[in-house]
Amino acid sequence: MSMTTATLRPNETGLRTDGRLERLRLFGLSSPAMLLILVILVIPVGWLFYVSFIGANGEFSLENYERMIKRRSYIRIFITTFQVSVLTTGLCILIGYPLAYFMAQLPNRLANLCLITVLLPFWTSLLVRTYAWLVLLQKQGLVNQWAMSLGLWDEPLKIVHNMTGTLIGMVHIMLPFLILPVYGAMKAIDRDYLMAASNLGATPRKAFWTVFFPLTTPGLFAGALMVFILCLGFFVTPAVLGGGKVIMVSMKIVSNIELFVNWGAASAMGVVLLIMTLVILWIASRFLRLDQITSGGR
Amino acid sequence: MANWLKSPASETQVTHGQRLWLYVFAVITMILLVTPTLIVIPMSFSDSQYLEFPPDKWSTRWYDNFFGSDEWMQAARTSIQTAILTMLVATPVGVASAYGLHTSNVPFVRMAFVMMITPMMVPLVLVAIGAFYAYVQLNILYTVTGLVLAHTVLALPLVIIVTGSALKGYDMSQEQAARSLGAPRWKAFFTVTLPQIRFAVVTSALLAFLTSFDEVVVAMFISGGDNPTLTRNMFNALRDQIDPTIAAISTLMIFVTTVMMILAQIFGQQNKP
Repeated sequence: MSMTTATLRPNETGLRTDGRLERLRLFGLSSPAMLLILVILVIPVGWLFYVSFIGANGEFSLENYERMIKRRSYIRIFITTFQVSVLTTGLCILIGYPLAYFMAQLPNRLANLCLITVLLPFWTSLLVRTYAWLVLLQKQGLVNQWAMSLGLWDEPLKIVHNMTGTLIGMVHIMLPFLILPVYGAMKAIDRDYLMAASNLGATPRKAFWTVFFPLTTPGLFAGALMVFILCLGFFVTPAVLGGGKVIMVSMKIVSNIELFVNWGAASAMGVVLLIMTLVILWIASRFLRLDQITSGGR
Repeated sequence: MANWLKSPASETQVTHGQRLWLYVFAVITMILLVTPTLIVIPMSFSDSQYLEFPPDKWSTRWYDNFFGSDEWMQAARTSIQTAILTMLVATPVGVASAYGLHTSNVPFVRMAFVMMITPMMVPLVLVAIGAFYAYVQLNILYTVTGLVLAHTVLALPLVIIVTGSALKGYDMSQEQAARSLGAPRWKAFFTVTLPQIRFAVVTSALLAFLTSFDEVVVAMFISGGDNPTLTRNMFNALRDQIDPTIAAISTLMIFVTTVMMILAQIFGQQNKP
């Protein structure tokens, strides 16, 4: 018996080394992707981080960060960014949750049909959708025309090139990001729980709030988080629908580079934006796993 | 009707009548989700300089404008070329890395996964100015190569997530069976595993195409010169005035997207039998 183990041992270690090598080789399959991300994304962003600490005179300084704290205009930009993000996320929850709830209770075939109304805008180009809202909301646009002919208001309202227009566009663009994970979470709920709740005497309202809603929170949380993070760094929609009145961090970064060629200022704002995003993700990751966030709470 | 209003709508015994508001709300929301985009289509066939709905006089002048302009045509070529190349690069690279991450049990797999999805988490503007800087050093600014590389990086997380989740639902022992019967690993992958996850692979390829085709912010910085993309030119045109040619281009883009979506649905349906 002891002899057999003795003869097996070298074989066993050999297999183990083989296994380890094989695993490393398999892992190597991901190296092209990693190399690309490293060269195109990680290293340049690292360089921006470095540049953000270089002052106008070419030496190490914190002036790029000081500017953000001291100058009113910069503070206002951060406040606007948060305002837009919070409002958009809130509106998406208020509009998206009931719709997801509605769809989750339909028979499958009908639900799939309704799901198309969410997927169609989701797949359509962001720029096209932003343009569509620009056309609809402008002074002579359809919304104003119809509202006036219906007598809702008397003269054309200014609903684009300002905060209102930005929010309308942003909510429209972000809604699918909220609806899809919430819908997924709702579909996964075992309906028997609700039956049990009402069987035990819960009113519909109570059954919803104490049984159904808590079960959907992971999906809701993941969706809201996704929307909020996307909003923080959003550029196209506020740039087109905001008409220069809604200036978000990403827009200031672009104008710092395009107009003022000020890499230091742009980088510092970018770094702050990135850190905000990462902190939010980090806090969220204490409640959800990262792959749950990316796959929408499931 | 009255009976229907009083009948229970769900397991909580709420009646249809009690939540009529939900139905009305949901239908209005669904209409609002879809119509803004679709209304651009009839508008693009208007003869008027001012986008009107319904158009007084129909015409295809904005389409003629688009197809007759060398500038727009060049941009469309760049966009399509970039999107196809991005799809062709991102799909194999992403599938290989999803497979690698799935099968190798090295301890740092989770860290590698996090790194793979960073392009989804880093704000696009930062990716854009970072790539702009890097491309100046690498001397590939304003080239299709540069665009394809940047768009590949943006598409990779999607490919890895979609293919990765398909691999999670796939029984790896099938591949092991093929290997125990003597197939080398690559052969087992191509003949046994790949055919079973092919729908996820096709879906991720379509996603990669659309990611590139629709991308604005990064293209704003690293495309230009002789190779501006369609979206870059559209964005610049939007900042100036509301040119109805954009409506025509938008309609064409909606058409491309719809075709992609239908393809994805077809493949998606077959995915879950």
